[in-house]
Amino acid sequence: MLTITNIKRPGRDQLESVTTENGVIKGWNLPAEGEVLDGQGGTVAPALIELHAHLREPGQTEKEDLASGLAAAAAGGYGTVVSMPNTSPVVDEPATVRALIEQAEGLGLARLRPAAALTRGQKGEQLAELAFLKDAGAAMFTDDGRTNENARVLRLGLEYARSLGMVISVHAEDAGLRADGVMNEGPVSEELGLPGNPWAAEAARVARDLELVALTGARLHVQHLSTARALDLVREAKARGLPVTCEVCPHHLTLTEEALRSFDALYKVAPPLRTQADADHLLGGLLDGTVDCLATDHAPHTRAEKERDLLDAPFGIAYIELAFPLMWTRFGERLGLEKLLDLMTAAPARVMGWPAPSLEAGAPADLVVLDLGTEREVNPAEFKSKAKFSPWAGERLKGWPLLTVVGGKVAFRRGD
Amino acid sequence: MTVPTPPRPRTLLDFQGWTQERLTALLDNADTMNQVLDRPVKKVPALQGLTVCTAFFENSTRTRISFELAARRMSADVVSFAAGASSLSKGESLRDTVEVLTAYKVDAYIVRHPASGAAHLVARYSGKPVINAGDGRRAHPTQALLDAYTIRQEYGSLEGKKVAIIGDIRHSRVARSNAELLPKLGAQVVLCGPATLLPAGLAGQPGVTVTSDPREAVRGAHAVMALRLQQERMNGGYLASLQEYAGRYQVNEALLREAESGAIVLHPGPMNRDLEISSEVADGPRSRILKQVENGQAVRMSVLYHLLVGRA
Repeated sequence: MLTITNIKRPGRDQLESVTTENGVIKGWNLPAEGEVLDGQGGTVAPALIELHAHLREPGQTEKEDLASGLAAAAAGGYGTVVSMPNTSPVVDEPATVRALIEQAEGLGLARLRPAAALTRGQKGEQLAELAFLKDAGAAMFTDDGRTNENARVLRLGLEYARSLGMVISVHAEDAGLRADGVMNEGPVSEELGLPGNPWAAEAARVARDLELVALTGARLHVQHLSTARALDLVREAKARGLPVTCEVCPHHLTLTEEALRSFDALYKVAPPLRTQADADHLLGGLLDGTVDCLATDHAPHTRAEKERDLLDAPFGIAYIELAFPLMWTRFGERLGLEKLLDLMTAAPARVMGWPAPSLEAGAPADLVVLDLGTEREVNPAEFKSKAKFSPWAGERLKGWPLLTVVGGKVAFRRGD
Repeated sequence: MTVPTPPRPRTLLDFQGWTQERLTALLDNADTMNQVLDRPVKKVPALQGLTVCTAFFENSTRTRISFELAARRMSADVVSFAAGASSLSKGESLRDTVEVLTAYKVDAYIVRHPASGAAHLVARYSGKPVINAGDGRRAHPTQALLDAYTIRQEYGSLEGKKVAIIGDIRHSRVARSNAELLPKLGAQVVLCGPATLLPAGLAGQPGVTVTSDPREAVRGAHAVMALRLQQERMNGGYLASLQEYAGRYQVNEALLREAESGAIVLHPGPMNRDLEISSEVADGPRSRILKQVENGQAVRMSVLYHLLVGRA
């Protein structure tokens, strides 16, 4: 039993307390029982849900592991994380899914819902054992990290996943058009002499995949949209009634291709940072509902890997610990607290078809207490993630999680 | 006599922040260096006691020799670091490499690297003066300086001169550096190549136009530069055939009839004879290709002096 005192529910002014029992919310403003934690006047919400994180297990634990990645997630206010399967080996076997879930349960951090590969080895040739993977606990299917070059294989996957009631998510870039691009293609890439990745690589692939949704009627989730044009294609598809959802990442909202002028591989990410016009368009998509949810694409690498030159360094930015403070600080006024929390809690649950997160009695006791007012400097040395560097190092952000509770147990407490 | 000098970039990574005055002073100083090279004893003590490291992460014997001779003629100690693709595959970061070299008390770096921006990273990691000897597709500033110097030698000034650069613009750091430098010195640059090798994003810089029509590019030009065509561009699908490329874009006598009557011909080397340039032109009276090589050493001496000693 756990009671959190001195907390506010969103939209309310009075300080309240919540008591949890056996992993669920027992009720509000009950006599304090069990362990009592002071919420310090913070705002309580259902714990955040991350649909897109690379936790690097199995096989790439020099970059991240379940313990560091799920601790980082809890520190970022997340109670649930969908991990990507582009590991070594690829998560394409039911036994691997079971092992990951079992290992994560023992950690007492954020909940792990592993995504499994759509195709064996993520090679895009032969479907993985999707039914067995679902039985083992796979949350969704994706070949993220790779692109689904063979449209026929993706079509078959969509048909099969539909029969299982499962979502497929795609990293939508045309690999041929993307070629060896390391940043957005345009005047800046030409000036810097860096190979460019054109907006059309994303838009063309999204257009193709939307036709497959129309053909199969299957649920498709488009990951990390980065271009205005691809977002417009999703908007049109939704207007046609196609069962498509999409996510946008905070780094595509807050950074642009201009960051590459530093030649720092910290800013090398796939899909690439685009233009300010794209970022503005994506924010518009959040406001008008075209974008279903936020996801971070937390993609840790070692410092040595990210200190290589721009051609050689791997793609990815790791910032699951900063996502809420970053969004709240930059866009809190535009979006409002209710909308922002929806994009990071209920919205990802809707994408997955999971029960709506709730603060009502009987709901799972997955909670975050947020300090919406106090500014703190981003200090990567304090990250729980193994990737202790950040594009936002030294920036002052507010909205830091004070406390994250998962299943009625403390998964993170600031200052611990 | 010593006079106080304003702070200047102690790096030459590209031409950002370089004014026409400083560039002109640098080229003027190269005249002095050329006089040194005409003496029986081709050595001055300007860089005595300084250690210069040529850090080449990509093969280039000619550029490395030009820089090493330039540094030695200025009495610097020179060490060479050469790393092929092998050290990258060993996973050593660029930062580790630079920090080790800096621990040897290297005073300045001359960097060649296959990745755009790598020279910037060396400057950041070392905190030392860095001369970019070519980074990816981005910049090769001493090549552009020696091109400017060679044109100036011919005409006395670059003001109002038209320079046509013909070839694989997309992958060329020489084209990018010239497009950045020559307009600062008053010249007009026309970049020309097959559309697949001519990124539209380069148009719009001051003093730079682009065209895929070689006759239009060369018309009225005072200098015509042919770029080396990497034959692997065939595999990238950029070209249908080398024959078609040569048939349209080769710098030869027929094409040069469109240029100014006294127009000179440049090439950054090494040449694919009778591909991007005809042998007749390369060996003919318009050619300043060997002059470029000669001037390269003087220009690099001037750059070293400018960055490491001062008052250029």
